[in-house]
Amino acid sequence: MTIRCEIVSQDRTVFTGDVDIVVLPGAAGEMGILPKHAPVLTTLKYGFVRVRKSGKEEVFTVAGGVAEVQPDIVTVLADAAENVEEIDEARAEAARKRAEEILKKGIPQDTDAYLIMEAALRRSNLRLDAVRRYRKGGSNIHFSSEN
Amino acid sequence: MASAREMRLRIKSVKNISQVTRALETVSASKVRKAVNAVMATRSYATKAWQVLRHVAEQPGRDSLHPLLVKRSSTKNALVVVVTGDRGLAGAYNSNVIRFTAQKFDKYSVPVKYIAVGRKGRDLLFRRRKDVIADFSNLPAAPSFADVSAIGRMAVDEYNNGNVDEVFLVYTDFINMGRQIATVKKLLPLELEGEGLVEDFERKASNGPAAAYEYEPDQRELLDQIIPRFTALQVYQAILESQASEHAARMIAMRNATDNAKELVSALQLVYNKVRQQTITNDILDIVGGAEALAAK
Repeated sequence: MTIRCEIVSQDRTVFTGDVDIVVLPGAAGEMGILPKHAPVLTTLKYGFVRVRKSGKEEVFTVAGGVAEVQPDIVTVLADAAENVEEIDEARAEAARKRAEEILKKGIPQDTDAYLIMEAALRRSNLRLDAVRRYRKGGSNIHFSSEN
Repeated sequence: MASAREMRLRIKSVKNISQVTRALETVSASKVRKAVNAVMATRSYATKAWQVLRHVAEQPGRDSLHPLLVKRSSTKNALVVVVTGDRGLAGAYNSNVIRFTAQKFDKYSVPVKYIAVGRKGRDLLFRRRKDVIADFSNLPAAPSFADVSAIGRMAVDEYNNGNVDEVFLVYTDFINMGRQIATVKKLLPLELEGEGLVEDFERKASNGPAAAYEYEPDQRELLDQIIPRFTALQVYQAILESQASEHAARMIAMRNATDNAKELVSALQLVYNKVRQQTITNDILDIVGGAEALAAK
């Protein structure tokens, strides 16, 4: 018994496949979705979508969005999403530093620029967090010189 | 027959035109690639979002769910968002959209207002004396959602304010390089019938009627967030589809124009050569005639 899972971000399809369980970062907390789940419509927080298929787990970051659950399918419409394995850790780290620096300079808090930088910071932190927690073999930034 | 000089001028001007059309073709070819990439990238998201909206519309007791889902008891005005290009020279691209719009809405049961996206569409609608309430021209190439979300928001606002009771979207669906189809989509109120997505029917067949959703956070907050957004997203996707279609149509039109120009040049060249040869023959005849007259003396 499996449930279909489709994760799409605004610019591409990130994942499709039949899986055993999907764990979503719902607005009211994490929710695990098994096949034949009752229909749910929920907003998503910044967090991780985890899908498990015969013991193997894949993890995706989502930067907010909406998920629709039907008994046979979970559709995740993420504002931005990516597979943890795809994350470029060095780039995320650089982006985080950049965002922090810009925010430190003190842009007025109610401007668009401030909100954009804040969102960028949250995304970078999410990515780094994802790599630390879920990447197979852990963070790979220190090994890059070996290959 | 025209004189040799006139023909030379004509050939030269046709050659110049073919150069321009070839340049336009090349430009469109590179633009179409970008536009198609943009369409393909966002298409799955937009389709999924539309599916979710339709599932919401299928819910039992939809009228009490959200104001944007309520079917109004009487329809007094309709609004049509028409997406065209800013420029011409794209074959029948712009006029197809307008002709299709006229076909669908000229004899519509209630007065129709228009929002024009693209300069060509605006001009053509004005010429037909339509009630154009807003005009969005000179959109950037490959716009982001933020660039065009105002258009969708305006449509939703008009509906919310009660100025219109139905909202339609007319755009050109990009099928492939050789095929683009003018399409109409009903945005508001959400409806089940009309253009059904294939997946929808499949899903229904396997599951029977949809069960009621649970909502997190609460229903009102969630629907407030997603319905206007996903509706605006449909407008965005329509614009991307239309842009890809426009560039593809222009590329094909320009390729045809270049081919025609080449054909015309070779036909003209043939006639020109004949004329030139004729003049030379005449000249030789004159000279020979003159020489013989001299020799005879």
